[in-house]
Amino acid sequence: MAGESPTTIGYIQHHLQNMAYGKLPAGYARHGADGSVHVLEQDTWTLAHSSEEAKDMGFNAIHLDSMGWSIGLALLFSFIFRVAAKRASTGVPTGMQNFVELIIDFVNNTVKDTFHHKSRFVAPMALTIFVWVFLMNFMDLIPVDWLPHLAALISGDPHLYFKVVPSTDPNITLGMSFTVFFLMIFFSIREKGLMGFIKELTLHPFGSKNMFVQAILIPINFALESVAMIAKPISLGLRLFGNLYAGEMIFILIAVMYGAGLFLGVFAGVLQWGWAVFHVLVITLQAFVFMVLSVVYMSMAFDVHEEH
Amino acid sequence: MNINLTIIGQSLSFLFFVWFCMKFVWPFIISAMQEREQKIADGLAAADRASHDLELAQEKAVQRLAEAKTEAASIVDAANKRANQIIEEAKNAAREEGDRLKAAAQAEIEQEVNRAKEALRAQIATLAIDGAEKVLQGTVDKKAHTAMLDQLAESL
Repeated sequence: MAGESPTTIGYIQHHLQNMAYGKLPAGYARHGADGSVHVLEQDTWTLAHSSEEAKDMGFNAIHLDSMGWSIGLALLFSFIFRVAAKRASTGVPTGMQNFVELIIDFVNNTVKDTFHHKSRFVAPMALTIFVWVFLMNFMDLIPVDWLPHLAALISGDPHLYFKVVPSTDPNITLGMSFTVFFLMIFFSIREKGLMGFIKELTLHPFGSKNMFVQAILIPINFALESVAMIAKPISLGLRLFGNLYAGEMIFILIAVMYGAGLFLGVFAGVLQWGWAVFHVLVITLQAFVFMVLSVVYMSMAFDVHEEH
Repeated sequence: MNINLTIIGQSLSFLFFVWFCMKFVWPFIISAMQEREQKIADGLAAADRASHDLELAQEKAVQRLAEAKTEAASIVDAANKRANQIIEEAKNAAREEGDRLKAAAQAEIEQEVNRAKEALRAQIATLAIDGAEKVLQGTVDKKAHTAMLDQLAESL
């Protein structure tokens, strides 16, 4: 258990707090662990020492752990696939090559099934999403205390906040889903033109031949369509976040049981194993779902609706 | 759980890694895979063609074998026929030769017989006349009787 206060609630809260590096405003009163109060004289960029501080940093903060793991895993993905791409030949593939080609073939087929337009962008995007999200989710399978403890040992700060699963951070999942959303708008406008895009937003789902009726319907359509549209990235991001957050939470709760005697400890071990096995399914499925939905949204962006 | 700059950081890195994948990963692997697919397809087609060729060759070989067999049979037939013919011819020639030899021998024998007859004919008259002369002693006109005896000899 991390921190000086090994209460169950404290333990859980500690596990759910990201390592936030952000700006605290001038005049902010920082409460030390020993109860001392330190008032900042000017705006300060610093690591948050508590959840309150992290909250008070507002938007001017960055989660170093999430970003670090996220970029680190993306680099791992890029490295492995880049090596495979360099080695790619028409000869007999071996080992890692085979594995990479298996994934690429799988992604390629999935994209071909749902996306019927010509684009050099969508398939690589789908591959990146699938592998990256999978790797980020995979961090969930590493026992919850290992990496935070290691980080605490290395940094020498036993109270260091360190979350290792980037996809349990809504910033990460929403960051990706909103990027998909903006790409969707971008491709939509590129394929249909700005007018086509606006028409799609305003002339569906209700249309009328009568100009007057149409004028009334436009705001209704716009309201409906914009809600439907904004719901896409939010549901996409929150689905992944929710699944992984819940999974992580259960792992933490199971980890709490380790401290509760021999019998419960053994029981917790069995539970953790079972949940991890189940979670293998969840993380793969969530990565797949995120990929497929992104491709479907792209497909919608490329689809040109016939005029009503 | 707070929304902060991380969301922008993640967006930018997402775009970067997608770009990286699009630029340096995807096209290489996909093109290699497609080329390999093509190669395998070609290979399979070639194998198909080869097995087809083999079938054709086998068919041809069987056909040639059958042809050779019939040819051989016909050659043997012809040879047999020719042999029979030669034997027949030889037989005929032998028979003819035999006949010829026989005829020649016959002719010679006849000639010899005739010659002997001539010789006998020539002597028989004298002998008969000598004999008769001895018996008759002068009563006999040599000339007249010789003619008579020659006539006799002629009828031999």
